[in-house]
Amino acid sequence: MVDATLDRSGQAMVGARGTKPKKRLSGRNIMLYGTLIVVCLYYILPLWVMVMTSLKGMPEVRLGNIFAPPVEITFEPWVKAWSTACTGLNCDGLSRGFWNSVIITVPSVILSIIIASVNGYALINWKFKGSDIFFTILIFGSFIPYQIMLYPIVILLREAGIYGTLWGLVIVHTIFGMPILTLLFRNYFSSIPEELFKAARVDGAGFWGIYFRIMLPMSLPIFVVALILQVTGIWNDFLFGVVYTKPELYPMTVQLNNIVNSVQGVKEYNVNMAATLLTGLVPLIIYFLSGKLFVRGIAAGAVKG
Amino acid sequence: MADTRPRARWTRNISAKIAAIPMVATATVIFLGGSIWTVVYSFTDSKLLPRLRWVGLDQYERLWSNSRWLVSIENLMFFGVMSLIFTISMGFLLAVLMDQKIRYEDTFRTIMLYPFALSFIVTGLVWQWILNPQFGIQGIVRDWGWESFSFDPLNNPDTVLYGLLIAGLWQGTGFVMCLMLAGLRGIDEDIWKAARVDGIPTWKTYVVVIIPMMRPVFITTLVIVASGIIRLYDLVVAQTSGGPGGNASQVPAMYVYDYMFQAQNLGQGFAASTMMLLSVLIVLIPWAYLEFGGKKHG
Repeated sequence: MVDATLDRSGQAMVGARGTKPKKRLSGRNIMLYGTLIVVCLYYILPLWVMVMTSLKGMPEVRLGNIFAPPVEITFEPWVKAWSTACTGLNCDGLSRGFWNSVIITVPSVILSIIIASVNGYALINWKFKGSDIFFTILIFGSFIPYQIMLYPIVILLREAGIYGTLWGLVIVHTIFGMPILTLLFRNYFSSIPEELFKAARVDGAGFWGIYFRIMLPMSLPIFVVALILQVTGIWNDFLFGVVYTKPELYPMTVQLNNIVNSVQGVKEYNVNMAATLLTGLVPLIIYFLSGKLFVRGIAAGAVKG
Repeated sequence: MADTRPRARWTRNISAKIAAIPMVATATVIFLGGSIWTVVYSFTDSKLLPRLRWVGLDQYERLWSNSRWLVSIENLMFFGVMSLIFTISMGFLLAVLMDQKIRYEDTFRTIMLYPFALSFIVTGLVWQWILNPQFGIQGIVRDWGWESFSFDPLNNPDTVLYGLLIAGLWQGTGFVMCLMLAGLRGIDEDIWKAARVDGIPTWKTYVVVIIPMMRPVFITTLVIVASGIIRLYDLVVAQTSGGPGGNASQVPAMYVYDYMFQAQNLGQGFAASTMMLLSVLIVLIPWAYLEFGGKKHG
């Protein structure tokens, strides 16, 4: 269908690449925008359903249509999801998972960005023998299934006495965030003119001096990109949360899954959807605020270094 | 590189070397060492705790005769092939549509990409709800009067993978579209001018000229998507918990987790994760060879 559209109006399309088309309502445009709008409906639908279901009472959910807006808006499911929904014996809601995710995400993001930015800087400006080999291993490691490294890390953390603790998980997130972030910083630092670095060396600045006085102030945008990438990535993690923490410290995603997929009790779909939406809210807010910086972050992995 | 003063080799760049310790340790101890450790211990009979009692290929024989593992592999192959075909073709078509100098491009992109910012758990749970037979799509169509309408992929072992596919595509195609769009934007405008002068229809220009030119983008996307698919775990846990019927939607990552951390049969977990590693290497090594081998020549 798409090909046919393009075929029929090939000339117009190529022309359109230059200047703005004059005719707005051509057949081609109707097809083009029509297709895009239908596609967008598919993308919006789940978000719409989540919001609508979470604002209905249970009787209305049972009677009505999941796509229909609520007849009577209630915020009770949100309150319940946040403060009284049960996982096993605990009935203090998703708030615990939320705060766990906050105390996991904040130090993980800070630590991983510091380490990865220094890595990228060392890889570009302070190459040492073998540094590129370590970087290659790191990039390869980002494609390898995490499952193969799960157990050796359990052993290392247990030996260090931090298995099941917050800091154990922070270290795990730092390790697995390192490949993509190092790539991101390395590529960015390589675009900073080398003359600046050389001039600073002539003036006697050392490794840290150049990092803090030249590299850091010049690369704030890429730090924001890294921040976005890490906050969403770590917030959305499930596997590491399950493997490396105890139930008291489960992040929000794990707790959400336990609430919704628990087999006990009557299913309260409105509460489940409110809980799901609450968990998705942090990455969604970051996504909608960050705009093109998010795209830049996720595209970093695909750009050849 | 920057330092040419005559000093002992190892003290040269000493701060840089110290600063690089976390990276070196991660690369060697965790990524390389950890992988080798797991492969080595997959040849032992480790149960609750890892121990070095060699049993040769026993774990692998047991693995490949375990019906749950075989189902997992079959599921992953089917899901993987289907989602590669659909994400890449849909991602490319959407990118082509987005590349027509359209208005509101940012709005369209924002809508198509937002699922990618969400957790697989959130994606899985939302689609579980939309596909709910009683209240979801099936229920609504039946309420409209089509009583025999049936659309319940998640509770039927034969169709459960399609249910996962719908959710997976929802989450991933926006991302692929962005990669493809970047690729399309990287193509020289002169190519289009030349094609127009020669009177080649647009669709033909895409097929004959643009797609072959975008080969590197396709390959990179393929590698990223494929290595993500092999890891597939969270989505299945949230949407189907591996069911219905116990193991209709099992995937290898679930097998690994369950044997390592639930069934306390470490050897099986190690053998299964080694197979996962092997499958990634089959994708990765030819790619790395093309990518890095090609760079040296060109």
